[in-house]
Amino acid sequence: MSDVLTVNKLKAYYIMNYFGTKREVRAVDNVSLTIRKNEIYGIAGESSSGKTSLIKVFAAAMRPPFEIVDGDIKFDFGDVKIDPYAEDKSKVDALRWSHFSYIMQGSMSVLNPVRKIGKTFEDFALKPMGVSKAEFIPLVIEHLKKLKLSPDILNSYPHELSGGMCQRVTIALATVCRPKFIIADEPTTALDVVVQKEVLSMIRGIQQEMGSSVVFVTHDMSVHANITDRIGIFYAGRLVEEGPTKLMFEQPKHPYTYHLVSSIPRIGDTQRRTSLEGKPPSLATPPNGCRFHPRCPIATDKCSQENPELVDVGEGRRVACFHSDKVKPLLEAAQ
Amino acid sequence: MFKVFSDLMRYNIEFAIGFFLFLFVFIFGALSFFSPVDPTQIYMLVPDIKPNAQYWFGTNSRGQDLFWQMTFAVRNSLLFGFTVAMMSRVLSLVIGLVSGYAGGWADRILMFVNDIFVSIPVFPILVLFFFVLRDDLTTLNLAILVALLGWAFDARLIRSMMLSLKHREFTQHAIFSGMPMHKIVLKEHLPYIMPIVFSTALANMIWSIGIEVTLAVLGFANISIPTFGTMLYWANNHSAMIAGIWWWILIPVVFIAMTFLGLYLLSVSLNEYIDPRQRLRRMGGGS
Amino acid sequence: MSKLLEVKNVVKKFNTGGLFSNKKLTAVNDVSFTLDKNKPEIFTIIGESGSGKTTLARMILGLESTTQGEILHEGKLVDGKANRSTRMKFMQSVQPVFQNPFEAFNPLKKIDQYLVSTTRELLQIEDDDEVKTIIDENLQKVGLSHTEIMGRYPHELSGGQLQRTAIARALICNPSLLVADEPVSMVDASLKMSIVNLLQSLRDDFGVNVIYITHDLATAYYISDRIIIMQKGLVVEMGPARPILDDPKHPYSQLLKASVLSIADAGNGQLQPATDLIEIVNRNEGQIGKMQTYEGSRHVREYS
Ligand SMILES: Nc1ncnc2c1ncn2[C@@H]1O[C@H](COP(=O)(O)OP(=O)(O)OP(=O)(O)O)[C@@H](O)[C@H]1O
Ligand SMILES: Nc1ncnc2c1ncn2[C@@H]1O[C@H](COP(=O)(O)OP(=O)(O)OP(=O)(O)O)[C@@H](O)[C@H]1O
Ligand SMILES: [Mg+2]
Ligand SMILES: [Mg+2]
Repeated sequence: MSDVLTVNKLKAYYIMNYFGTKREVRAVDNVSLTIRKNEIYGIAGESSSGKTSLIKVFAAAMRPPFEIVDGDIKFDFGDVKIDPYAEDKSKVDALRWSHFSYIMQGSMSVLNPVRKIGKTFEDFALKPMGVSKAEFIPLVIEHLKKLKLSPDILNSYPHELSGGMCQRVTIALATVCRPKFIIADEPTTALDVVVQKEVLSMIRGIQQEMGSSVVFVTHDMSVHANITDRIGIFYAGRLVEEGPTKLMFEQPKHPYTYHLVSSIPRIGDTQRRTSLEGKPPSLATPPNGCRFHPRCPIATDKCSQENPELVDVGEGRRVACFHSDKVKPLLEAAQ
Repeated sequence: MFKVFSDLMRYNIEFAIGFFLFLFVFIFGALSFFSPVDPTQIYMLVPDIKPNAQYWFGTNSRGQDLFWQMTFAVRNSLLFGFTVAMMSRVLSLVIGLVSGYAGGWADRILMFVNDIFVSIPVFPILVLFFFVLRDDLTTLNLAILVALLGWAFDARLIRSMMLSLKHREFTQHAIFSGMPMHKIVLKEHLPYIMPIVFSTALANMIWSIGIEVTLAVLGFANISIPTFGTMLYWANNHSAMIAGIWWWILIPVVFIAMTFLGLYLLSVSLNEYIDPRQRLRRMGGGS
Repeated sequence: MSKLLEVKNVVKKFNTGGLFSNKKLTAVNDVSFTLDKNKPEIFTIIGESGSGKTTLARMILGLESTTQGEILHEGKLVDGKANRSTRMKFMQSVQPVFQNPFEAFNPLKKIDQYLVSTTRELLQIEDDDEVKTIIDENLQKVGLSHTEIMGRYPHELSGGQLQRTAIARALICNPSLLVADEPVSMVDASLKMSIVNLLQSLRDDFGVNVIYITHDLATAYYISDRIIIMQKGLVVEMGPARPILDDPKHPYSQLLKASVLSIADAGNGQLQPATDLIEIVNRNEGQIGKMQTYEGSRHVREYS
């Protein structure tokens, strides 16, 4: 199986200069991962752990002060191979929409408020699709139908649509050209569960039909459970655990993953769910050692001094925790 | 401000070209203040002299020095375009803001009027006014008329911008943070709207100068004042083309082209720059 | 019994199309409910995307006028066009939390200005140090601190940080009603629980009523007292939250529950739609029907 995207020891920081004092936010800190062909890779993690930052690197959507400090990243689409940061910008832009597309978080701000939705479609998708305008509109309408959107919305301005409708419009924009690599940042947060299910199965459908790859960022663990093939868990700018979806839910090996999986409330269950103690670490001054140790119920002295490497533990899984082999009994004992 | 300018000069070739073209035309127009001759006087010189060392642009069949004639034409045309743009911007800003902000009936009525102005044919109306007003159609009156006809499209744009800003969550957030509405409009909305006003101002100048040229070439304007249009009118009137006095046509045409191109490039490059989305990107945020 | 909020047969129609077109879209259709001041509760609104939840919330906040019906806050008509002092009084008691934290802050403006303005304008506090302490106190409630927020622009914070700041801002003036439009859709599972628990403690400890709009049935089950389920502008089911979510009666409510993704069979992609329920829901489309009342003050829309 070939890899579409290979990321090696990537470090990408926001480097800011406030009147002479330098401030670094280490949003992506030493991340290595590969995205395979024909898979959906889920990314979950703490708010502000750098998920959006990481996929901005993937999508070649970095803007200063965000910079790659170290490491490299390579795409291999089969017909084209590209290193998005070594190559000319225009070359990358030519692949946008046709080879890879990016559904941004907070989709409303992407749509131009003074342009009708239909015009926005023409702006972005007409050229990469390579069809005439007369053929284009029916194709778009057909595609909107799959997302349960009526053709009327092409004549609306973004502010006339509900949050969920806007979100589906951006999904439609990113998928209408059927790209090989889709990067989606919280694409279904504003949808009701019925539509969400349909949209997810549409994304799944396109992915399987095209054999493309999807990177899917969401906080909703039940979405991860049902759409992804593999999941990577982020904490404070680092990848702390990665593995096949099924195993991640059944036997989490990192205490943070364990917490994520067990904190999900369910209908019919009124047991009080707690959130993690303490505050998320600041990425400008991260704690020493394992970054999770101040909030970890099973942390030992070693955890506060040494940084656990992300190591292969078999079954296609990688974990960064000193206690990965006995997380469950330790956590249960700690409670 | 200066930093922005120098950045634009350095990184945006369109802006640099546009800026120099416009600067050249502008300085040329300013020379008219030092003109030794009165542009309305005729037969002061030997007519039809080719451009030479003494008369750089030659003279025309009416015995005028084309160099100085041209400086006045540039000045008058730019002034005309500027006046129209200013007046029509004020109109479209006020009407767009009121319409978008007030909404409801005020909006419907204003937009109804707006639709009428968008759809009426500008050129025949102006010709009509020329025949009615004749000598009363001074340059200022013409500018007022053109401004009255040229605000509608951009008012619509500003209205829709305002409408969407009004609906944006940050507006509501500001309201519920206790900020007074006038402050919100001034501080939060105008930064989004002013760029439109500026960039459409340049486009409007091109449009209005173009209107003036068309009217004047056909003689529907006060032909005693030198402008781009009236210069071409007189050249035509004296069959300059047939008579072989090519410079009388060529020189105004070159200046018109430079003015239009300069304004166009400025408008395009500024447009890209001042769009808040783009600016946000440059700040490192947004998308 | 003193009523905090009364929503009486509210209808909202939007004009779609131009000046002379009469095409209307009914975004909210005949919605009524009452919130009691002495019995603070979490009142949840769940429903289809585009079913008018946000529109309803906006009308309650006075940001949108009603086409028919009326909304009363403490016996007074909610009117977005009222004079400033009336509005300010209203805002001290009713505060919003918006759906999209990226949209709720002006990207060209520093975030702390919202917090400062709320403290100064709504609480009428002038002293700089006091303003700072109050802001810090409220940021602490949502797990943030003054130093993290001060002087930063919205794009420098993550979605979760922004949303927590927005909630902290709303809490500054100790409101008696919080209208939260999908406040947790952008935050991680752990933070979600902390915000949801925060809403709960606002109700229990501070007596704040919360209108909680969400797509997440599980958290709705977890914290809400009463619930309404909306579809295409209509309320299709209304009543106490847990009985309804345990055993929904209206086909659309049943469809919602059936569509909730489960983590029981992780990795196997259970994405087939509940076709039979969708069919029933589609069959009822376009009908208005009538609300029927059942035992346990449950109301269900039924069709003939
Ligand atoms: N333009 C920027 N300048 C400075 N810091 C930034 C910028 N953008 C993001 N950050 C910081 O980088 C960190 C990671 O942010 P990011 O948006 O990647 O988080 P996230 O994992 O996507 O969170 P969420 O799930 O809440 O969206 C945060 O601490 C944030 O404050
Ligand atoms: N200003 C407006 N002009 C015209 N139509 C509008 C306007 N605002 C909302 N609508 C329409 O009203 C309906 C209800 O929208 P609303 O935003 O209330 O939905 P919602 O229930 O909040 O949906 P979501 O869950 O997706 O946020 C939608 O069909 C929308 O297109
Ligand atoms: Mg994010
Ligand atoms: Mg909504």
